[in-house]
Amino acid sequence: MPVPRVIPCLDVRDGRVVKGVRFENLRDAGDPVEQAALYEQQGADEIVMLDVSATPQGRGASLRTVAAIRKVLSIPLTVGGGVKTIADAAAMLEAGADKIGVNTAAVKNPALLEALAMQFGSQCVVLALDALAYGKGRWRVVVRSGQETVPLDALGWAIEATQRGAGEILLTSVDRDGTHSGYDLELIQAVSSTLGVPVIASGGAASPLHLVEALRAGADAVLAASIFHDGTFSVGQVKQEIAAAGFAVRPIEESAA
Amino acid sequence: MDSVVIVRTGTANLASVVGAMGRLGARTIVTSEARLILDADRLVLPGVGTLGAAMEELRQRNLVKALQQRLTDGRPALAICLGLQMLLTGSEESPGVSALGIANGAATRFSNDVRVPHLGWSRISPPPLTDEPEAFAYFAHSYRVTEPPPGWSASWCEHGGRFVAAMWNGATLACQFHPELSGAWGARMLSRWFAGEGMLDLDAAVKGVA
Repeated sequence: MPVPRVIPCLDVRDGRVVKGVRFENLRDAGDPVEQAALYEQQGADEIVMLDVSATPQGRGASLRTVAAIRKVLSIPLTVGGGVKTIADAAAMLEAGADKIGVNTAAVKNPALLEALAMQFGSQCVVLALDALAYGKGRWRVVVRSGQETVPLDALGWAIEATQRGAGEILLTSVDRDGTHSGYDLELIQAVSSTLGVPVIASGGAASPLHLVEALRAGADAVLAASIFHDGTFSVGQVKQEIAAAGFAVRPIEESAA
Repeated sequence: MDSVVIVRTGTANLASVVGAMGRLGARTIVTSEARLILDADRLVLPGVGTLGAAMEELRQRNLVKALQQRLTDGRPALAICLGLQMLLTGSEESPGVSALGIANGAATRFSNDVRVPHLGWSRISPPPLTDEPEAFAYFAHSYRVTEPPPGWSASWCEHGGRFVAAMWNGATLACQFHPELSGAWGARMLSRWFAGEGMLDLDAAVKGVA
């Protein structure tokens, strides 16, 4: 059985890490390569990089960023944002991504998931599912970096996506993202108990306790951004708390470098 | 020789392997040329995706015979993830597809009472090429081998029952996990492999456990 993963997330625009609240008001939060290396040293189990660039120039910068991160990183790197075609995914993989996250493009064209799984294997295909609550125990799918809600039930879409070949769900609560109020535990519970693939919980983490709660709710991995970027907690401190709560964690080792 | 030849199998993302070898100071040659593969003093066979697609790539590039020859000639070789399954006779994943057939066994899918794919960090024992009793290695796969093929020794992992985390025979080491993504421990393992140590250590480690 794999141990729970702790995954710092880098939202990258035009080669810089940014962080906003509910996908808005982005502010600069540092150099992605330095941060990825630091988080690995602190014991991160994986890095997720979300490309939030809005322009083709920004996308080019992101490919260079992926390559630069890959050079220093000896843990897995998942890259999402703007992947619309097999060719986009191949370019990200070629640059150094190990897994590819897709959201908007998969909603618009679900067959993309089959094509990606066929080409690269399910273990490489992550469905980035942004979910917005609308009443008790129900969530809708949100696309375009939080901009557009689509008339699609989040749980139903998650089931369909895994049947089509997604091998993991990066599950973000749009309601909680950037609010520091903790993960949407009900959402995590609903998705992780329904699906057979691993689920990464995302959106709302502000303390190690929030990450522990998400794992207790059934998440296989926990993703957080600002608590690490702001230096409130190191990855190591968070993993200590998770271990203290009774979960096995991968021990922190000396840097590979 | 300070170089490593990495087989281009088409669907593999090679940047992680190239990066990890580069950090060890190795000169990396990524190729699908049979001559370079046959000449390689150290060969890496990576692979992601499905076994059927990967074998089709090897066939199109006319590499099946060269790999069968190079992987049994006594010189160091390292197969990673799908690379391990390519050494077998076949896999449940791609019925009817013949793999390289260097090791007599077939891969089967994990049962559905555990999360599939098996994605993340799991304990392995004994860790190949290092002298620690156990280590955490990074895995990303849905198919696995539950017994080492005849003549092969194994390192073990657990996910809904035990399966082969790594196996070795002669100078060929095959890892179901990704050493290039397995952090500081993975880098140590690759460094030992690159330095050419460890095949004897491996067998000693296994006897200690048996």
